[in-house]
Amino acid sequence: MSLNTLRPYLMVAPSLIIFLLFFIYPIFYMIYLSFTSWNLISPDKTFVGVANYVELFQSQDFRQVFFNTVIYTVLTVFLSLTVALLLALWLNKSSAIYGIVQGAIFSPYIISLVSVSLLWMWMMDPQYGLLNWVLNLFHLPPSPWLTHTDTALLSLVVVGVWKIVGYNALVFIAGLQSIPKDLYEAAALDEASQWATFARITLPMLSPTLFFLLVVNTIASFQVFDTVQIMTQGGPVNSTNMLVYYIYEYGFDFFKIGYASAAGVVLLVIVGVMTVFHFRFMAKRVHYR
Amino acid sequence: MITVEKMLKIVEWTGLAVITLIFVFPFIWMMITALKSLPETVVFPPEWIPETWMWSNFKVAWSSGPFLRYFFNSLFVAVAILVLQILTMVPAAYAFSRYQFPGRGFLFGLTMAALMIPPQITFLPVFLQMSEWGFINSYIPLILPYAASAFGIFLLRQSFMQVPEELIEAARLDEASEWRIMWRIMVPMARPVLVTFGLFSFIYHWNDYFWPLVMTNSDAFRTLPIGIAMLKDAEGGIAWNIVMAGNMILVIPILIVFFVAQRQIIRAFVYSGVK
Repeated sequence: MSLNTLRPYLMVAPSLIIFLLFFIYPIFYMIYLSFTSWNLISPDKTFVGVANYVELFQSQDFRQVFFNTVIYTVLTVFLSLTVALLLALWLNKSSAIYGIVQGAIFSPYIISLVSVSLLWMWMMDPQYGLLNWVLNLFHLPPSPWLTHTDTALLSLVVVGVWKIVGYNALVFIAGLQSIPKDLYEAAALDEASQWATFARITLPMLSPTLFFLLVVNTIASFQVFDTVQIMTQGGPVNSTNMLVYYIYEYGFDFFKIGYASAAGVVLLVIVGVMTVFHFRFMAKRVHYR
Repeated sequence: MITVEKMLKIVEWTGLAVITLIFVFPFIWMMITALKSLPETVVFPPEWIPETWMWSNFKVAWSSGPFLRYFFNSLFVAVAILVLQILTMVPAAYAFSRYQFPGRGFLFGLTMAALMIPPQITFLPVFLQMSEWGFINSYIPLILPYAASAFGIFLLRQSFMQVPEELIEAARLDEASEWRIMWRIMVPMARPVLVTFGLFSFIYHWNDYFWPLVMTNSDAFRTLPIGIAMLKDAEGGIAWNIVMAGNMILVIPILIVFFVAQRQIIRAFVYSGVK
């Protein structure tokens, strides 16, 4: 074979070796491990069939963890998208002041989740926290925030929304700006009401953006970890334990590698299904262009 | 005279101020807390201005662990990843955009698959692999899995596809090597995309907590986010003034970069996501 035939393969090889070693192969390794029992110390991995999956689906804890993850995801995605859309409609103006506000709402997105977690943990302190002072200002009773099973998961939702809503809003603004102006001119000529203009032009034209954000936010929220690990360690009494933290705990604290891998496969399937949606949609969008 | 229009303007400006406050004030609160003495953090209602400004909190935070080491590790890992990513993604993007070869579609499909597989799924098997190879407690598990970027290849390929074919043909007639064409013609044309990607990659890895947390278990290789998060595990309860001082060390470089290159950073994160 001549160098010319080989050349493109040599060019893509470094990247593809990395992808195969650290992204593709680990998936298969994890699936294999999920059918074994292994405590990390013993040299033997015992084949146990689907025992890990049976244990997983019978576990009360796992059911709660799964439920927590779904609740967290639905709330975070719904709230952050709704608020972001409202903010985008409001802030989509060209004068400088709106640019400053856009920068402000975006800033949490580029800050490490470590900082965000520590900062909100401090503001949510039930005794000396700023948030209870704000509640007090409006004559509302103080909240136990992260320290009570009723409020801990919701507190994490608040942090998740605060972190991502600015990103979502700016993506919505980019979407709004790509809607052709003549559509609005035509609507104005027809004397369409503001609501009709929104429902008949803005919303449909924005639906690709909305769908993109829906998928991306859902996948990201499903993998929430940093806030859980730093702010609550899954507590109190498992009320904020979610999938990735659960896998991490079983792998690194309890050394039940097979069981943790089975939970990992469940996450893989969920993210995989959402990714297929994402790809279908992307293919469609490319097609229509 | 106050007209309805003026009233609406006032309402809107108040609204804008409130929104800005919700997103900016937590950072100001971080700063205020970082300058308080410990007793001042445990009063309710909270005090807005510290009695004496405790700049020494930064020193306390910095010296409560090997923070110079953490800082160096963070910088080293983020820069090493970026350099390796550029070295691997430029040839890959060039091949995917400009060469016809059997298996191209399949290999690009693999790249896109890697783009869609998050570290939260692969961390356990990758950690096990790394410890089997004896690489835990080195920089290798922090850097090597990120030495190639599917996202970068994807972005750069699109930008390379827009370079006019005549330009490349002309260079080939001048007997420029493919290597030279790649780095001297393609890369300069794609500079905005590379800047965008560089900002994205650096900020992502500077901030990253999850991967270094999972892949390190000794201070020698821990990064800054890990060190900062460990500040709260101090004996005798959390000293919030010290934790917030540490937090500032992590946040300030990013906020400075954000102030300097706000437009580019927003473009890096927002538009690259949409495209």
